[in-house]
Amino acid sequence: MSAGVGVDLENLWIRFGDFVAVRDANVHIKGGDFFSFLGPSGCGKTTILRAVSGFLEPSEGNVLIGGNNMQGIGPNKRPTALIFQNLALFPLMKVWENITFSMEIAGASARDRRKRADELLDMIALPGQGDKLPSELSGGQRQRVAIARALCAEPDVLLLDEPLSALDLKLRQHMRTELREIQKRVGITFIYITHDQGEALTMSDDIAVMRAGVIDQIADGKTIYNDPATAFAASFVGENNVFRGKVLEVRGDQALIRTNRSGDLLSRISTANKGKMNVGDDAMMFIRPEALSLAPTGTQGDHFVTAKVNHEEFEGNTFNIFMEGDGGKELKVAIPNHGQSFEDHSGQDMTLEYEVNNAVAVPAGELAAE
Amino acid sequence: MPSFLKEFFNRNGTLMGSLMLGLVLFWTVGLIILPQLSMLDFSFRPNLPPPEIGGPKDIYTLENYKYLIFGPEGGSQDYNAVDLRVFFRTLVAAVCVTIFNLILCYPIAYYLGQNKGNHIRVFALMLIIPYWINEILRAFALRIIFGESGVINTLLVGSGIFDTPFDFIRNDIALYAGLGYAYILLMIFPIYNVIESLDHNQIEAARDLGAPWWRIHKRVVIPYAKPGISSGCTMVFMLSAGALAAPQILGGPSSLWFTQLIYQQFNDNSDWPQGAAYAIVLLVTCILLVLALMRVFKVNMGDIGK
Repeated sequence: MSAGVGVDLENLWIRFGDFVAVRDANVHIKGGDFFSFLGPSGCGKTTILRAVSGFLEPSEGNVLIGGNNMQGIGPNKRPTALIFQNLALFPLMKVWENITFSMEIAGASARDRRKRADELLDMIALPGQGDKLPSELSGGQRQRVAIARALCAEPDVLLLDEPLSALDLKLRQHMRTELREIQKRVGITFIYITHDQGEALTMSDDIAVMRAGVIDQIADGKTIYNDPATAFAASFVGENNVFRGKVLEVRGDQALIRTNRSGDLLSRISTANKGKMNVGDDAMMFIRPEALSLAPTGTQGDHFVTAKVNHEEFEGNTFNIFMEGDGGKELKVAIPNHGQSFEDHSGQDMTLEYEVNNAVAVPAGELAAE
Repeated sequence: MPSFLKEFFNRNGTLMGSLMLGLVLFWTVGLIILPQLSMLDFSFRPNLPPPEIGGPKDIYTLENYKYLIFGPEGGSQDYNAVDLRVFFRTLVAAVCVTIFNLILCYPIAYYLGQNKGNHIRVFALMLIIPYWINEILRAFALRIIFGESGVINTLLVGSGIFDTPFDFIRNDIALYAGLGYAYILLMIFPIYNVIESLDHNQIEAARDLGAPWWRIHKRVVIPYAKPGISSGCTMVFMLSAGALAAPQILGGPSSLWFTQLIYQQFNDNSDWPQGAAYAIVLLVTCILLVLALMRVFKVNMGDIGK
């Protein structure tokens, strides 16, 4: 199979009437990458996928696959295969006919098709199931058949539209690993659409975080998690505590922020915003629940936060403390469980400590909905 | 009591269950099976004046069926060529009307079924409203449209395509158009019903896997729509073969429809047994033809009801 064909979106705009579904998207997807578009429903990620697969012509801009402009080329002529959210297996065709549908269209003989179907069935660990109907398979098996059907077309780019969303949690987590393995084995470019940050983080080489038609950040999972470019990316990917305020002072790569509730706190400025945050700007500072730890109550300083405990919960691997936070949102602290004793602090003030490097400041912006 | 009946009564209660069962039995037995059985009985009896009915001459005979095949006894021809020709022509014409209707209605049904929005409702309404008008009135309207000085001929002659008006009536074009139009809804709606439930992603998936539009229809849409297509075709075929008003009004003077022969036997000749025999032959042939075609296209009886 090909060594990996890249996909480029150049100044891509997609409008439906007055509604802008995708606003000036510029994305370079390297050949052989597992690339995810991550965002809440309605953010335009599926629209982008439809533009890549050819079901939708962009209003402006270009889709390039392997450097070739795809304008005017229909979905049946593009080197892409799409896996639908509901899989869209053909219910009246047997599994092997489903898998080799693209070969049937290309005019391959029944014997060749049967042979290829058996190979692919082995690959997806469903040997000997070719003569069943899709309705006779379980959800996870149908999922794999859909992947096999798409791979059978030998696409350069496989497009996946939230294909795991219909599965239950266990199976979903299992299929993540499996999808990633399949991708590594076949070596083609995967473009994956999801609203589930867990899926995006575990499987992807690179992730584009999308919000309301705009791509906020494109980076690998670690960067997006640790070094978000926008308030939205910081609040959408993983759990995060927000502190709103104004920039009081910029010290190189760090900023002292006068927060609305928690005094002056020091934070790292996210890489994407270095040099762009000025004194007096509205800013947001984010600290992950696991980056906060308990400190002696009443300690003052630019990396200490004191707040009242609302309630606590025991999650097994962590004790979670929920405290009064900024803007009606609770401040969450996750203390790893090492078997230490743990007393209930509800109603009391507690002080938390963090390492400045684990706090990240970005310009104030829209937060992800809970 | 068989288990399905027990379940039926459990679900609906004894009173409601008996009422529903009674009505269904009255409908099928009283209104369908018994009259047909009496027709069957008629068809095997000679045509006798009323006083002789039940008399010694009133015996079962194959006379009426023989007549359709061999004509009157001592006739000049070996076979009843006139009636047989009408019979087969009716069947072939009904098949043609069915095929024509299918070709016309499938795209419409597909369009209606796979598109959403207000214009679809308006479109469906425009298809239904003409059927508020009496069938006979519609047939006469078509006769006027297709007539020698009708709209179509005026247009054709006026635009210079034809020098003289074309006789749509004598050439049976008006008849086929009338029959086709009469049953268009019976073809569209069963197909529309099935196609409406077809997941649009299936069509996109097939397209994405490289299929051109006609192969999508051949491999994905038509197999899925088969129950609707067969129930539409069955209805249109049965009703076309059994139509009377449209052939009477739109048929040319020389082209009889088999139902018109049946009508003549019953009314003009007052020969009910002969008419009954003709009607039974038409009914049985149509049923056999439909069953045979269902076998060929691998359609189950249960699919027709979908």
